[in-house]
Amino acid sequence: MSALLSLISLISTTSFWVATLRIATPLLFGTLGEVLCERAGVLNLGIEGIMTLGAMAGWLVVYQGSGLWWGVAFAAILGAGVGLVHSLLTVRLGVSQHVTGIGITLLTINAAYFVYRMALPQVTSPPKIIPFSPWPIPGLSRLPFLGETLFTQPPLTYLSLLLVPLMAYILYRTPLGLAVRMVGENPQAAASQGIPVYAVRTGAVMVGSALMAVAGAFLTLSAFDAFFFNIVNGRGWICIALVVFAAWDPWRALGGALLFAGFDALQLRLQQLWGSRIPYQFFLMLPYLLSIVALILVSRHTKAPRALLIPFRPEERI
Amino acid sequence: MRVELRSTVPLWLILSAPMAAIALAFLSCSLLILWTGSPVLAAYGALLRGAVGSPFALSETLTRAVPLILTGLAVAVCFRAKLWNIGAEGQFYGGALAASLLGTGELSLPRPGLVLVLLLAGWIAGGLLLWIPAWLKTQFQVDEVVTTLLLNFVILLGISYLLEGPLKDPLALGWPQGRALVESALLPRLIPRSRLHAGFIIALLAALGVWAIEQFTVWGLEMRAVGANPEAAKFLGIPVQGVILYTSLLGGGLAGLAGACELLGLKGYLTLDLSPGFGYTGIVVALLAQLHPLGVVGAAVFIAGVYVGADTMGRSLGVPTYLADVIVAAALLWMLVCMGLARYRLRWD
Repeated sequence: MSALLSLISLISTTSFWVATLRIATPLLFGTLGEVLCERAGVLNLGIEGIMTLGAMAGWLVVYQGSGLWWGVAFAAILGAGVGLVHSLLTVRLGVSQHVTGIGITLLTINAAYFVYRMALPQVTSPPKIIPFSPWPIPGLSRLPFLGETLFTQPPLTYLSLLLVPLMAYILYRTPLGLAVRMVGENPQAAASQGIPVYAVRTGAVMVGSALMAVAGAFLTLSAFDAFFFNIVNGRGWICIALVVFAAWDPWRALGGALLFAGFDALQLRLQQLWGSRIPYQFFLMLPYLLSIVALILVSRHTKAPRALLIPFRPEERI
Repeated sequence: MRVELRSTVPLWLILSAPMAAIALAFLSCSLLILWTGSPVLAAYGALLRGAVGSPFALSETLTRAVPLILTGLAVAVCFRAKLWNIGAEGQFYGGALAASLLGTGELSLPRPGLVLVLLLAGWIAGGLLLWIPAWLKTQFQVDEVVTTLLLNFVILLGISYLLEGPLKDPLALGWPQGRALVESALLPRLIPRSRLHAGFIIALLAALGVWAIEQFTVWGLEMRAVGANPEAAKFLGIPVQGVILYTSLLGGGLAGLAGACELLGLKGYLTLDLSPGFGYTGIVVALLAQLHPLGVVGAAVFIAGVYVGADTMGRSLGVPTYLADVIVAAALLWMLVCMGLARYRLRWD
């Protein structure tokens, strides 16, 4: 009973909700990026690496003297570039999306570490930058509770939240979104309607990868203030699970990311509360186990885009 | 001139694809070496010398190839049946953990018996760790890519807990490592004054065994059929789910065996840096070998050479050793490009 009460008092603090939104932001960027790729029929397992590369590149640009937004922009452009490589292989050549994604992840993670080592050969503790500070929204930030939690956030968090309705609108209400969904469901039909299947898929993967890179950049430019090894630490893989949990829908992606981040924030607080009795590794396991449990619960009832993983080959008529 | 699809890819193209991929990988990574300011040819020369330049270098390369052959087989077996096992890293640690639990004095058996029991324990632990995602796939349609990936993190955290808690060697000064294996649990060295151990023989036997299973048994045929077309396999009366579960025990077991071999042959005690990503590198090994079990041996020795050679290159020229990982990942992507392009041919009209 007392445990339940302390749980409730934990959840009702503003710092809990601030932490939840901070943890949710990179997950939301990553999940939305992956939703876009998969809606167009391309599984992008490069996400973990693209996030690492975005985190490193964004940070390095800022460390060398450019503004924070230049860091975000550079990460996004680099992410789109990696997405282009991914789609050249999976969309144009039609090779295995699983293996390509793993290859992209291995390449970009190690390239990021290589470049970091080259740029900073002799550092023991990671050098820091001045990260994004919260932007209180005038007026709204003075609301009780919501003002301190929802309306006093760093700009990238607002951006991630605004992306949800934007992506839902584009996917469900515009011809472009219809084209994206069509090439992910039935590329043959899309092609017969005059939709350029390769171009739409490539575009979706590039934009999706750019969002993944921004997810990484958020880590170094907003959540923390430095780049370190294993900074992404499986967040990309959790996004892949969240996409299934969200049934490939932007709004549900928001719900999933918030739910997941809430558990993670709770776990961090319980660690402080019960850390002396339960080893910290069990708390750190929770996010990964939670993702697996979520997948077990929903996988039987969700339907992936029908042409996911299937390359479009107009020259092959079966 | 036009581009058209081949009906079948000829053997010479299949064999030359990995060569071309490796050449392209080195070529593209020479840009990174240029950026470091080192001469490219001298850098690759140092890499080659470090990998095969002396009998000792060669023995180091073969030693490094042992876990890569086994994780490469683990991935190849599963990918052949379209079971996307990205969890060889976790299964590797699971196997090492099982061997460490039984091999530090809890079990006293004469030498060959104990080694066999420990290798078997590693096999079973690795196999069960992949059996769980495979079972979730067959029962709940849970995507095994995500579960195997996430389990890697769970397993590593679990081992981190054990090494800081119940399994911690009291004699290791604060460093999280397990107790040393008993003398009779260690694999013998093959060549005196080198680190090459009997695990190399085990890895070669495993490759032959997998090849024989795939080539000559009904089970091997079923695995290939399930990988090629699960719908058709089901129609033919092949128990698709059962095949996936058996494959997981074989594939995961091979990765667990890799962990046990590395522990028994090289380290002698469990640590959290037993594997510098052998499970992930196994994916590259399997793909360069185009999933062929005997090709895996060649691909693993090659990649081991890149890693071992890169250490020498890093020491002599100051190029960050992450270059080795970049070369290996680039080789994987170029391999995909070559395999994709090999499906087409140019026709001159």
